[in-house]
Amino acid sequence: MEQGGFFFQALVYLTAAVVAVPVAKKLGLGSVLGYLLAGIIIGPFLFGFIGEEGQDVMHFAEFGVVMMLFLVGLELQPSMIWKLRKSIFGLGGFQTGITAAIIMGIAIIMGFAWQTGLAIGLTFALSSTAIVIQSLNEKGLMKTEAGQNAFSVLLFQDIAVIPILAILPYLAIKGLVTETTDVAHHSSTWVDGWPIWGTTLLTLGVISTIIFAGKYLISQAFRFIAKTDLRELFTIAALLLVISTAALMTMIGLSPALGTFVAGVVLAQSEYRHELETDIEPFKGLLLGLFFIAVGASIDFHLIAESPKLIFGLVAILIAVKFVVLFVIGYFFKMGLDKNMIFSFSLAQGGEFAFVLLSFSTSNSIISSDVANPLIAVVAISMALTPLLMLFNEKLIQPRFGTKESVKEADEMQEDKKVIIAGFGRYGSTIGRFLQANGVYATYLDIDPDNVDLLRKFDLKVFYGDASRNDLLKAAGAAEADLLIVAVDDPNKTKEIVATVKKNYPKLKLVVRSQSFLSSYSLIEQGVDRIQLDFLDSALRMGTDALCYLGHRRHESFRASKTYRKNVEKFIPELSEVWQDKSLLISEAKKRMQFLEKSMLQEKEDFHKEKDMGWDASDIIKEFGEGKI
Amino acid sequence: MKKILILFAHPAFQKSRINKILIHGVDDMEGITLHDLYQAYPEMDIDIEAEQKLVDAHDIIIFHHPFYWYSTPAILKEWQDLVLNHGWAYGHEGIKLKGKFIFQVLTAGGEKMAYCQQGYNKFTIRQLLRPFEQMANLCQMNYLPPFVVHGTHSITKQEVLEHKTTYLELLAGLRDETINLDDLANREYFNDYFTNK
Repeated sequence: MEQGGFFFQALVYLTAAVVAVPVAKKLGLGSVLGYLLAGIIIGPFLFGFIGEEGQDVMHFAEFGVVMMLFLVGLELQPSMIWKLRKSIFGLGGFQTGITAAIIMGIAIIMGFAWQTGLAIGLTFALSSTAIVIQSLNEKGLMKTEAGQNAFSVLLFQDIAVIPILAILPYLAIKGLVTETTDVAHHSSTWVDGWPIWGTTLLTLGVISTIIFAGKYLISQAFRFIAKTDLRELFTIAALLLVISTAALMTMIGLSPALGTFVAGVVLAQSEYRHELETDIEPFKGLLLGLFFIAVGASIDFHLIAESPKLIFGLVAILIAVKFVVLFVIGYFFKMGLDKNMIFSFSLAQGGEFAFVLLSFSTSNSIISSDVANPLIAVVAISMALTPLLMLFNEKLIQPRFGTKESVKEADEMQEDKKVIIAGFGRYGSTIGRFLQANGVYATYLDIDPDNVDLLRKFDLKVFYGDASRNDLLKAAGAAEADLLIVAVDDPNKTKEIVATVKKNYPKLKLVVRSQSFLSSYSLIEQGVDRIQLDFLDSALRMGTDALCYLGHRRHESFRASKTYRKNVEKFIPELSEVWQDKSLLISEAKKRMQFLEKSMLQEKEDFHKEKDMGWDASDIIKEFGEGKI
Repeated sequence: MKKILILFAHPAFQKSRINKILIHGVDDMEGITLHDLYQAYPEMDIDIEAEQKLVDAHDIIIFHHPFYWYSTPAILKEWQDLVLNHGWAYGHEGIKLKGKFIFQVLTAGGEKMAYCQQGYNKFTIRQLLRPFEQMANLCQMNYLPPFVVHGTHSITKQEVLEHKTTYLELLAGLRDETINLDDLANREYFNDYFTNK
């Protein structure tokens, strides 16, 4: 198929995704498999809607992986990374080292030079971050122990790519014939020819710069942008942040995914975290989908058809070796059998780094291209098989264990926040501080960047964002929250937030600040769980003070204010039934207010008309002892 | 079947050790209503009408509370003051409580030996509860001996659980009218009815 122009290509990709992914989801196969299938179908070897340019698309779409790691970083506080250090270096180190050694051994037995064997071993030791994280996320396993451990291994592998790229050139075999001259990927970095200590220093320098900028500069910049009140500008800035980090890392020859991951971790504590998350998320989804399609399209069926036994034999060896190594390590790290199964099945494939490393190895005369090409097919097939293997584990193996891993059990990565407060001005922050004083740490959202900045200086974890947007509420954890407190001061915004919540999280309890009787009525119609009229309490306290200054007894006045408040709170739901009819509302409200005033006055003068009767002795005197006292 | 109303008062329930166990799940029993006063009236603003209706609907009233200064926590006193009105609870026309049963379930820090003439509390629990006994008399109610858990500062969990079992037995017995009231009337504590049968 010829190039066909941008629109035709976009049409093919989008149609394939729109058709294949929902079908795959419906069949319970997960979106990753859907994309891969879509890729296979439109790829050059089946229907041929797209040709070899699929490779270019893949390079472009790899950026989705970079964005995914940025988002993963955003979810992780630095303290979490510290907590995971054992599994990152323990699990990850052993997995990469042992797998590489075993595969190298197999390669040498098959008659390859040790250099070639080592390169293949290191290449195959790496797993696919994209497929694993996407699949685990989709199954809701990311925050379980198995998910965390899998993530730790992937993180280690991402770090390991740097030294692997550094040592590969030294493995070059003289006289190895290579057809390809494709060195575009990693040979033209800015630091070529630098001594090792120079690149190390530079690497450390760049990473420190990212950390420093993320901590001190980015928030300032985002605040400035947020104040312009242009949504798309914020999105542009977020994209710019990710792309510039990736570009910087590529320039000095580091993995862009690792760089954005670091940037994400640094920004995990920023007030713009949820906003960044919601802005980057759709791009990530799009590019990652494209990436999976490209992987599917790259599977060379001609090559497979030529030597099916060899290819599938290698796929089987690759998956078996990786699985066994992972399983044994998991066993030594005391993972339960069921968790170990999830962990081992999820990571038993080649990864997207293999494509890069294999072409790098070919261009460095370590592996000849007639060896590399089948290996690329092997990696792609193993990636495509991963969702199937995980499905196999989920449907056939896991049910054999009595104890299914519950998400609750290992929630180290989960934040313990169950309350969200939308609107963190004077009103909301008073609520927030009061809750904190009682050990409840909520997630706070506010739309005013200056206010967010100020409160951050008071060490309050406030996030910037508009709580009436579903994506932001979702990022703030509305799906898992028990309670949302709406404390914003704009009645229209309040209504919008309530509407969004009612539509998307009908089970979430809503406690809402109301600025007027009228807005209370409509909020009740919207179905909120509790309303607080923001002026009622303080006005009644002031009224009580006034009575006291006029010489009324304090306790009596206080009790009167409570009676008054209780009655008003009782009216509101009653009046909400007639509020649409203005004149009826006025007459009904008037009736109730007059009755309340009259009955309270009466009670004051004539004790035994209403309550407080027990404190009034006039009745008893009448019956038992009049005249005697 | 008799209906039982437990008026429970503990201002620091969150921190309570004994009462948490004693009270937990009692309202799952048929015929038992547990009314947690501090939970119902956080501002002590007792709804007199509602309380009188509740009492009306039950045959046996229990004041369940820690023994504070030889009496009840403040909200139960407030409850007595406001709910037990002249003309409703006592007086010529006040016959609403007539024939109902009333007694207390107490938790006390001191051991039983402390509550006697030689002990540091000088008086027995029964002597200290005289105001309640007289409240019952004036309202023409039948006063039953109290169920007391002593020594709450040093009690073991096992002992509390034993008391809980007795408490549940007591509630079921009163509800199903299987308790010998003549025998009970001679006991100092309700507990004795079960321990020295």
